[in-house]
Amino acid sequence: MPAFLYARPDTLDEALGLLAARREGATVLAGGQSLLAMLNLRLTQPEVLLDINRIAELAGIALHDDHIRIGALTRHAAVLASPVVARHLPLIALAMPHVAHLAVRNRGTFGGSISLADPAAELPACAVALGATMVLRSARGERRVAAENFFTGLYGTERGPDELLVAIDLPKRPAARVAFRELSRRHGDFAMVGIAAAWEAGVLRLVVFGCESHARLAVNAAAAVQGRDLGDEAVRREVAAALDADLDPAGTLSGRPGTKRHLARVLALRALADLAA
Amino acid sequence: MNVPADTLAIALTVNGEAVQANVPVRQHLVDFLRGALGYTSAHLGCEHGVCGACTVRLDGVPVRGCLTLAVQADGATVETIEGVTASGELADLQAEFVARNALQCGFCTPAMLLTAAELFKAGAMPTREQIRAHLSGNLCRCTGYQSIVDAVDAVLKRRAA
Repeated sequence: MPAFLYARPDTLDEALGLLAARREGATVLAGGQSLLAMLNLRLTQPEVLLDINRIAELAGIALHDDHIRIGALTRHAAVLASPVVARHLPLIALAMPHVAHLAVRNRGTFGGSISLADPAAELPACAVALGATMVLRSARGERRVAAENFFTGLYGTERGPDELLVAIDLPKRPAARVAFRELSRRHGDFAMVGIAAAWEAGVLRLVVFGCESHARLAVNAAAAVQGRDLGDEAVRREVAAALDADLDPAGTLSGRPGTKRHLARVLALRALADLAA
Repeated sequence: MNVPADTLAIALTVNGEAVQANVPVRQHLVDFLRGALGYTSAHLGCEHGVCGACTVRLDGVPVRGCLTLAVQADGATVETIEGVTASGELADLQAEFVARNALQCGFCTPAMLLTAAELFKAGAMPTREQIRAHLSGNLCRCTGYQSIVDAVDAVLKRRAA
């Protein structure tokens, strides 16, 4: 691991003070399940590692009237075990078993996965599909950013250098149907291709992950289904075909762009059938 | 601990013993356990969280020792297979691994045992498929997994009987 300094603030104010002072020089350490791998491989060299693990107020799942707030430091294992998530956030409940392996889920955090914005990660896609809101704090104050505006590119987010993602607000959508599908070579590995989708009042919010640069709504697929019946298999085939125009897959070790497009269409058909069921 | 530092004094419990040490902040937990304390059951395979050979218990749950800094274990309880062997908690599973040749080189075994142990805690009776999914974060390049799944399955059934 490269040399760096380490700070472990006990309070949010201390953390925000350090972030304001160090800005780009500081790298936030949450669960560390990607960051420590990058440090071990010397792919990153922070001046200061800002460990937020002792800031208790950043962890926890709270049920509100119209949304569920998941603290950024909430471990994947806690989200997976949460009855509130199981009851009110079925899409997250479907996705969580696909998030890494047991030992990684015991450390990795909900906010860390969102902040890193790995293109193959499940949670950014779910956040966009559900219309979540990211809650950012800095010494300057609080800012709320819609999930669909939060992810800006490959590992790119709207979070500023002095800001900390403190929580994610996920709307209760009791009338929505949701679907989650993922293909990976080994259980718990990063997705080759995956789909997170919500269907409510004739509006489809579908996000493809694993082969795209960042989580974003599939607008062509959504337009193709508007005002139509998802129960009709012919419609579902049209929507899955329209999805192709939403994709810009990169070729990787897990497949060429054409393979990814094919897999995305197959998964989309399955996800759409789930929504119609 | 609000002033950025490159070395930190930590106090933790490892395999039931109180430990105090000054550690470089850039040292991960496995290097600390192996180098400073001599607990060599925690293995470094890939050092980026894929192989699972570094898995140890931190405050009672399995974590990747290569993806946790030693300073992050300050105040925590750490267990390796040395400690679990001493307590006898997994003696039946360890004997079953030997009986069924569920290890050859043994590199993955300490972590495999600690991960499998979570299935006993859960108190459920998983299928073979579920055992495989549960162990999927721990790579073994010798056995082909069949005998490992056999051993875990056999002990789960025996403990439930």
